Amino acid sequence: MQESAAFTPQLAASTITGILWLIPVAPMIASGVIALLKQPRRKTAAALAIGSLSISLLLSLIAFCHVVAGWAHGSVVREFVNFTWFRFGATAVDLGWILDPLAAIMIVMVSFVGLLIFIYSVGYMAHDENFTRFFCFLSLFAGAMLGVVISNSLLLLFMCWEIVGLTSYLLIGFWYQKPSAAAAAKKAFVTTRVGDVFFLLGIVWLFSQTGTLLFYNHGVGSLEGLALVNLLSQHAGLGLSAAGAIGLLIFAGAVGKSGQLPLHVWLPDAMEGPTPVSALIHAATMVAAGVYLVARVYPLMSTGAAPHGTTVALTVVTWVGASTAVFAALIAVAQNDIKRILAYSTISQLGYMMAGLGLGGVAVGMFHLITHAFFKALLFLGAGSVIHGCHEEQDIRRMGGLRADMPLTFLTYAIGMLALCGFPLLFSGFWSKDGILEAAKNWDISKGPFYLLVFGALLTAFYMTRQVCYVFFGHWRGHETAHESPKVMTLPLAILAFFAIALGVIGTPVWPWFHAFLDNRTAAFDLHGFVEPGLMQLMLLSSLVVFVGLGLGWRLYGNKSPKPEAPDALEKSAPWLWAPLRDRLYVDEIYGATVIAFYARWARVADWLDRRVWGGIVACITWLFGLWARFNRFLDINWVDGGFDKTCEEISTGGGLLSRVEGGRVQNYLRILAAAIAVLAAILLWSSRP
Amino acid sequence: MTSVGMTTPLAGYLLVAAMLFAIGLAGALVRRNAILVLIGIELMLNSANLNLIAFWRYGPHPEALTGMMFAIFSIAVAAAEAAVGLGLVIAIHRHTGTTELDKINRMKG
Repeated sequence: MQESAAFTPQLAASTITGILWLIPVAPMIASGVIALLKQPRRKTAAALAIGSLSISLLLSLIAFCHVVAGWAHGSVVREFVNFTWFRFGATAVDLGWILDPLAAIMIVMVSFVGLLIFIYSVGYMAHDENFTRFFCFLSLFAGAMLGVVISNSLLLLFMCWEIVGLTSYLLIGFWYQKPSAAAAAKKAFVTTRVGDVFFLLGIVWLFSQTGTLLFYNHGVGSLEGLALVNLLSQHAGLGLSAAGAIGLLIFAGAVGKSGQLPLHVWLPDAMEGPTPVSALIHAATMVAAGVYLVARVYPLMSTGAAPHGTTVALTVVTWVGASTAVFAALIAVAQNDIKRILAYSTISQLGYMMAGLGLGGVAVGMFHLITHAFFKALLFLGAGSVIHGCHEEQDIRRMGGLRADMPLTFLTYAIGMLALCGFPLLFSGFWSKDGILEAAKNWDISKGPFYLLVFGALLTAFYMTRQVCYVFFGHWRGHETAHESPKVMTLPLAILAFFAIALGVIGTPVWPWFHAFLDNRTAAFDLHGFVEPGLMQLMLLSSLVVFVGLGLGWRLYGNKSPKPEAPDALEKSAPWLWAPLRDRLYVDEIYGATVIAFYARWARVADWLDRRVWGGIVACITWLFGLWARFNRFLDINWVDGGFDKTCEEISTGGGLLSRVEGGRVQNYLRILAAAIAVLAAILLWSSRP
Repeated sequence: MTSVGMTTPLAGYLLVAAMLFAIGLAGALVRRNAILVLIGIELMLNSANLNLIAFWRYGPHPEALTGMMFAIFSIAVAAAEAAVGLGLVIAIHRHTGTTELDKINRMKG
């Protein structure tokens, strides 16, 4: 591939891999076409967006089946198409796309959840005047996200990653007339940029060490044997190999995108965007891209680990994930905005995924990513339905009793909520969370993450119960009566609810199909999975934790329907705990007091320098030049002009005189000629006299 | 080359040519009519031809017909020139209705 000429991809191993690029390109083309549409063409825009994503979904399913079929025959499916983008000197920059189990699962998830949310958006955004713009951005996002998922090159991944960031910015600020939305968009963009700078550093480092940014390339890719051995042999300090250090830099990019500590602050604010955006971008897919990225570069992080051991990089990932899981769950307890609670819940669950990656490997983290994508999209769309039904009310204290008014929304929301809490046995969230807890329990280095994650599970059950009690139980406390949402919105809810339950089947200890698929083992149905040592106790423990959380929540909030102005039940019993949680543990304030204050001070210093010092110098120079110019003017007027004007005058007068000669009378000319000849002849005679 | 039978010296021819030139010049300068001015110019030209012949005839190589050829060429060119000049005069007359040179003063800077 290195030698292949630019833009001539070598023959792919299979047809579907050859046309895999169509999956992200179809929505991108749709986005471009929608951008050119006139504003009011709603039907065309929606049809284009949904149609193109349906094509992507179809192709994704074919690709998925192809991978599954290959896996069932016992062969490793890792097909890729690489091509050279450009070369300078002897260095070639290669791009490419890949089809392996990881990518196959993600493209199906992204295009499927995306399609449901697109359909939902048709109903949710029906009255928005910028309907076509919304679908243009949404399609661009879907395309870029699918691009992230299938790229076989860190560079291509980074490009799509940035497009995804851009669309996130555009969609958070979709209602840019609202100052809060504009500010939130800016905050999201700037905060994720912090992570992306580290990500870019990691890319550059990797490229300088391995000379390629391709992940897999017949043994010479950056995630394959030779490059890893080479990277592992270099020490980067702090007990890290170069591989681990590069992995951590890339992880920093994931921290920004996936809202991990300490860069999580943008995600709750991102809820200013339309609710489908929150569901698609800030719950199901984009924020999960960070987790996917870590899973993709997992070989970098894990290389050098002893069997059942871990590396420094993975330890860092684990601790960041586990602390984020608890931190965000704590804050979620004391929020009153329905979407903000879900946003903090998303951050917390992303923490679980990261911890799962660090503790148990790719399959554990990715399984939670997939199940979470479905039930969190369900919760967000349910929240959107609630907001829609309550006439754009987002404060859960002004809702209540919606169980009767919006039965379908309530039912699906409850399923999503139970899946998120990890309600035992029935729901997918239980199995995926259990996998992470099991990995944490078996972790040799420390039991800290295990306790953190169990505590997080308790909090999750608690805050979700609180939210559901406020919204769906008690009696209605809003202004106008609520109404159920149209079918175009409830249908996606139902489908997502089905998957929130059903997806658990593919990842139970009895039949760990998902893990086997990702780790390339054979999956077998084996009831002995349940009697693995310690597993039963763990499942009992996590069930107990969930029940305690649910019970506690119900005890404090169930059917109470307090007045909107009344203090929260938790606030009454523990005001010292409530205040910091309500204020989001002061993270924004800390940033305000440190980073932002620092920048603001620097900005003021720079402004002062600009005005006083540089401005002063510039003013001095201006004044000097002005003086010089005035002196020149004086010289010009009184001296240069005088001489010049006189000359001009003389020339003009002379010209006037001469022009009289040229009177248009031919014979005058002839006379002058004759006179001149006479004079010449006279001179001749005079000079030739002896 | 002997000058047997040449009773008229060179100066006589030159004198006649000079007079002819002066008359032609005077005519070209004082006449108002364009055709008469052309005739004056023609006179001047022919005085020059006369000079050419005279200098050839009294020159060092009268056997070579150089002067004769020169004069014949000159006459041929003069004929062409006269044709062009008359053509111009006719064109001007058609255009302005006059051949008075004083009235034709539109060519000036």
